[in-house]
Amino acid sequence: MKDSLPVPARIGVRAGRRAHARDKAPPGEPRAIGYLYLLPALLVYGAFVLLPLGHSVLLSFYEWDGITEGTWIGLSNYQDLIADPQTRAAFLHSLVLILFYSVLPVAIGLLLAALISRTDLRGLTWFRTILFLPQVVPLVVVAVIWSYIYAPGAGPLNEGLRAAGLDGLTRSWLGDFSWALPSVGLIGTWVQYGLCMVLFIAGVQKIPTSLYDAARVDGAGPGHEFLAVTLPNLRNEIAVALTLTIIASLRNFDLVYLTTKGGPGNATSVPAFEVYNQAFEVGQVGFASAIGVVLALVIFAITGVVNRIAEARE
Amino acid sequence: MTGRIDRVVNYGLLVAFSFIALYPIGGIVLAALQRPGELSGFSIPRDLHFSNFAEAWTQGHFATYLKSSVIVSVSVVAVATLLSLLAGFAFGTMKFAGHKMLFYVFLLGLMVPLEGIVIPLYYDLRALSLTDTYWALILPQIGLSLAFGTFWMRAFFMSTPRSLIEAAEIDGARNWSILWRVLVPFARPAVLTMMVLIFMWTWNEFLLALVMVSSENLRTAPLGLAFFQGQHASEATLLAAGAIIVALPVVVTYVFLQRHFIRGMLSGAVKG
Repeated sequence: MKDSLPVPARIGVRAGRRAHARDKAPPGEPRAIGYLYLLPALLVYGAFVLLPLGHSVLLSFYEWDGITEGTWIGLSNYQDLIADPQTRAAFLHSLVLILFYSVLPVAIGLLLAALISRTDLRGLTWFRTILFLPQVVPLVVVAVIWSYIYAPGAGPLNEGLRAAGLDGLTRSWLGDFSWALPSVGLIGTWVQYGLCMVLFIAGVQKIPTSLYDAARVDGAGPGHEFLAVTLPNLRNEIAVALTLTIIASLRNFDLVYLTTKGGPGNATSVPAFEVYNQAFEVGQVGFASAIGVVLALVIFAITGVVNRIAEARE
Repeated sequence: MTGRIDRVVNYGLLVAFSFIALYPIGGIVLAALQRPGELSGFSIPRDLHFSNFAEAWTQGHFATYLKSSVIVSVSVVAVATLLSLLAGFAFGTMKFAGHKMLFYVFLLGLMVPLEGIVIPLYYDLRALSLTDTYWALILPQIGLSLAFGTFWMRAFFMSTPRSLIEAAEIDGARNWSILWRVLVPFARPAVLTMMVLIFMWTWNEFLLALVMVSSENLRTAPLGLAFFQGQHASEATLLAAGAIIVALPVVVTYVFLQRHFIRGMLSGAVKG
């Protein structure tokens, strides 16, 4: 757990803003040759990220089936996006998934961090390696594993319930209208909680013990100690955890496509899945682009807000 | 006394959560070793059927899929690393008009989700007749990795002592040799961290492959596994074996270089 981070443990907007202070001290004299070093990266990045991003916005103003010529329809796709109950549902499902992908893992991680801050633990490297493993396994493989766990017949979950005498609870987890979304969500919890735990445990160990000692001298109980010392000092780690897990919950294509294909009905459809579905299955390319643009904007906004809150508290 | 109770509770929780993390993975390994057709739940196999792996390998054409994944991953990691080093060097050690603005442009890429650009990418690359080629998998992933790579290397080069660069300048070294002879050797751990992350993201990528590739020869390992799942949904032992084959390269890399994976991801690394 003693790894020092070589860069500020921040991402996105926040990282840039933090670097500001350093920018004032000029990194060397002005050198035009900098452009030359930048050029290859800028060309590839521009051609395969920036240009498509712009093109995506442009496409979102068209009605286009991907084959015949498209028609300019202005903001109609965005109006449809708000009006269409199916698309609205997809965005709502994302909110539910944030609970499972982000809130729950962060809560689990904080609980453990709170307990561990009071003791000193050895042998954490092993736990860390194991807890982190779900982050590394390809999501396609995660989907295969959990599709089997949730399988209606002899899946391990139903088998386990039967062994415990809870036959009444067995069901086709991913095929059930009310259970499919939480079931997909719990896969996300499984993937993300280790990241949060490792992140917070590492953070807690960097808090000077003197702060805890001072709190104890002041007669703070465990609860107050957590609120007064642990939580404020984990600000950065919480911001990183929230950003990473919320982005993962919004960019949830692989798991949904491979476990439920948005079903049953559209009980588990999410925006990332609808982008693919509308563009490449239904053939509403403009509308799909609009969903993609909104998804990107939501991610920009959440990254910005989370980091701004963390910074304001500093 | 409370100290000891605390410790037992803490270790108990760590063990419990580690078990939950490991259980599905261990279960699928056991499932892959069961006699075909006898699988139910997660249970210890009565005898080990390693033949499931051989059968999944041939039936699932995993040799072909792994080859595609290796070609794509190696190309992306190599080119993205090189370009990130160059761009990070420029941002981290040089001042030029617009350097701040250009850096923000790169930072934007940390947040751009692939879902937001995959549609135009498909149609643009199709117009260039590049869909259904390795290029369609390699070029966009280099682009998406560059935002992180540039950001990562810039941060590292900014934190290296100026004196290192100045000493080399006094010795008459030019930019190019300062980068390669002085800074890169110094940056080796940071470069390795960046490389393992880009490798993992590229190896695990699914959506891009699904959209871009239709010919079977070009399928990457995750895409191949998805098709394999479609065809062998009822043969859980084979499917489990296939899943392990696909996960193995990245998991083995993780076991050997776990410090780099964890350090990189804890810093908040994301790829579009």
